[in-house]
Amino acid sequence: MGNPLTIFRNVSLANGDFVDIAVQGNQILELGPKLSSQGAEIDCSGLIALQGFVDLHTHLREPGFEQSETILTGSRAAAMGGFTAVHAMANTSPVADNAAVVEQVFALGKSAGYVHVQPIGAVTKNLEGESLADLLKMNQSRAQVTVFSDDGKCVSDSLLMRRALEYVKAFGGVIAQHAQDPNLTVDAQMNESTLAFELGLTGWPSVAEEAIIARDVLLAEHVGSRLHVCHVSTAGSVEIIRWAKARGINVTAEVTPHHLLLTEDLVRDYDPVFKVNPPLRSNDDVQALRAAVADGTIDIIATDHAPHTADSKDCEWGQAAFGMIGLETAMSVAKTALVDTGLINWTRLEQLLSSNPANISGLARHGKPLSIGNPANITFINPQSKSIVNNYSQSKSSNNPYVGVELSGQVVHTLFEGVLTVKDGQIQELNNA
Amino acid sequence: MKHLLSINDLTKTEALDILNLSLEMQKVNSRDVKKLPALTGRTVANLFFEDSTRTRISFELAAKRLSADVINFTAKGSSISKGESLKDTVQTLEAMGVEALIVRHNYSGAANTIANSKWSKASVINAGDGTHEHPTQALLDALTIRQRIFGRDNLNDLSGLRVLIVGDILHSRVARSNILLLRTLGATVAVCGPATLIPEGIENLCDFVFYNLDEALGADFDAVMMLRIQAERMNSAFMPNAAEYSSGWGLGDSRFSKLNSKTLILHPGPMNRGLEISSAAADSEQSAILDQVTNGVAVRMAVLYKLLAQEQSNG
Repeated sequence: MGNPLTIFRNVSLANGDFVDIAVQGNQILELGPKLSSQGAEIDCSGLIALQGFVDLHTHLREPGFEQSETILTGSRAAAMGGFTAVHAMANTSPVADNAAVVEQVFALGKSAGYVHVQPIGAVTKNLEGESLADLLKMNQSRAQVTVFSDDGKCVSDSLLMRRALEYVKAFGGVIAQHAQDPNLTVDAQMNESTLAFELGLTGWPSVAEEAIIARDVLLAEHVGSRLHVCHVSTAGSVEIIRWAKARGINVTAEVTPHHLLLTEDLVRDYDPVFKVNPPLRSNDDVQALRAAVADGTIDIIATDHAPHTADSKDCEWGQAAFGMIGLETAMSVAKTALVDTGLINWTRLEQLLSSNPANISGLARHGKPLSIGNPANITFINPQSKSIVNNYSQSKSSNNPYVGVELSGQVVHTLFEGVLTVKDGQIQELNNA
Repeated sequence: MKHLLSINDLTKTEALDILNLSLEMQKVNSRDVKKLPALTGRTVANLFFEDSTRTRISFELAAKRLSADVINFTAKGSSISKGESLKDTVQTLEAMGVEALIVRHNYSGAANTIANSKWSKASVINAGDGTHEHPTQALLDALTIRQRIFGRDNLNDLSGLRVLIVGDILHSRVARSNILLLRTLGATVAVCGPATLIPEGIENLCDFVFYNLDEALGADFDAVMMLRIQAERMNSAFMPNAAEYSSGWGLGDSRFSKLNSKTLILHPGPMNRGLEISSAAADSEQSAILDQVTNGVAVRMAVLYKLLAQEQSNG
């Protein structure tokens, strides 16, 4: 018990209570108004403390695409965004479809030390959509994978999707579906709309997402399993999920920050920084997604942080890669779109960014209430801050769609397992090599 | 005006300016010495990443008649086939001092990408990009319609005219540019084709949508533009086969025989005779198809003149 205390003074919790938080080692030792304990003091006047954020949808690109991102650089970007845990998507090279790869990712995350890196396993071998990957072995590995996804590709074969949903029941796993009917989206480039016609870009129709979600919720009901829907992007999808939940189907849904703030109109100049999958949709879709977050139909906000090299975005639209980075801006975008508009309060934001994603994945040490004895995974936010986003990033890539946009709220400190990974808005160099 | 990427770049006044300037260029083209010194010493590059002999030689002739130096860069036999990026190609031409890039590309928006990039300071003219636009085609079509219906020297807009565009609207850059320009000039525009080739959301951009050609032709249009249908569309289940397309949406002999003899027939070429249009229709008195080709040179001269000579003198 000789460990030094760090005391975060005068901080507001999501419910508005003002407290001091004393952290020792990796846990919250004391929490309450005006603690008398002594230790290293950090004045947090004006800041809000939330449970450390958990991203259920992160592309860290390692192994295989280290020119775009590494587990270390992605972890640093995550810490800057207030995250204490991220889920690394399986579409690496080699694909995370076996125990060896997920253990490698898990170990690299541990050695980076900025966040808990929880690997997601592929649903199908090599993401080919033909046969199941080693789901059980990945679950039994040191990485203890519980979330499985072919993200980037849809598990489009109905029978295989059924089998996957059934199979993960053995160990309480969940299938996170990238809902996109491949036949309805051949060469799709943007939301199918009048603008898509005007721009001559092949449309990605809403129905390609909605048809898969409708099928999947019915399959999940039929086999009594658990489905998670990645990056919901349309008003119609929201209605299907709302219906499924009302029916008692075990489904959860996520939305990305960019689908809560950006619309297809940004595509007009063919700037590939706005090329993303699923595509930016209409303002009606954005409003429906916001309402769904507020009413609980959508459970979590997940970034779909997708780093790409400069070359793969400095080219023709049709040639450019899909995806945008989003770890560092996620909270500010969510706050701007949801809190500042009066749709949700801080408690709901904390659920969306922390406890709900942690529960879906079953993380033991994340998404827990800020209370005595719980892990010291805490994000400190300045809610008053307003700033224009610049190109600066801890990510290795700079495909940031918010550059030049004013967002509100800033992550000031991030505490991961009792260690300050970010202090005063600056990434901290960790001595854990 | 620095670039011509889309008809959306043009106000009605600017569009009429180009059409009226084209009349002057037509006069040059009817002389024995078909040449103006306007662009002497200026360098123009035809940057063609997609095969198109007609459009390329039309632009080449237009630039030469204005005394510009013209270089032709085509994807075949160039470094593109060795995997050079668009950026590197454009920067290379920029380093050689090219002042205008006439771009034909298989990707929609490629001309916009070049114009919006820091790769080059050149003026960019879109000569057809993917399924996006082909603005000079629309300008030459508008000029052709105006001259054939209102007379050679008419300077007015197209108010009161009714134009029907028939065929693969979904994939046609000619249709997009024409819908935008004809409506900017005051015409009423309808489209017709099998529903698989009529895009979602088109109703926000044009006045009428028909799926049945006989019904459309019954509505008596001043001009009917037949689009080229591409063989690969049959394979992607947009329609069962060529014969079925032809019987449903082709301007065959029997439809042509019932057509109002004053209705102008247009086609951007190259034609699939016997598929979307019969020879009787294409070669008839009311066909304006060869006028379109002739007018293409004059319109492209006008565009080059406006972008390179006028823009220069306006400082």
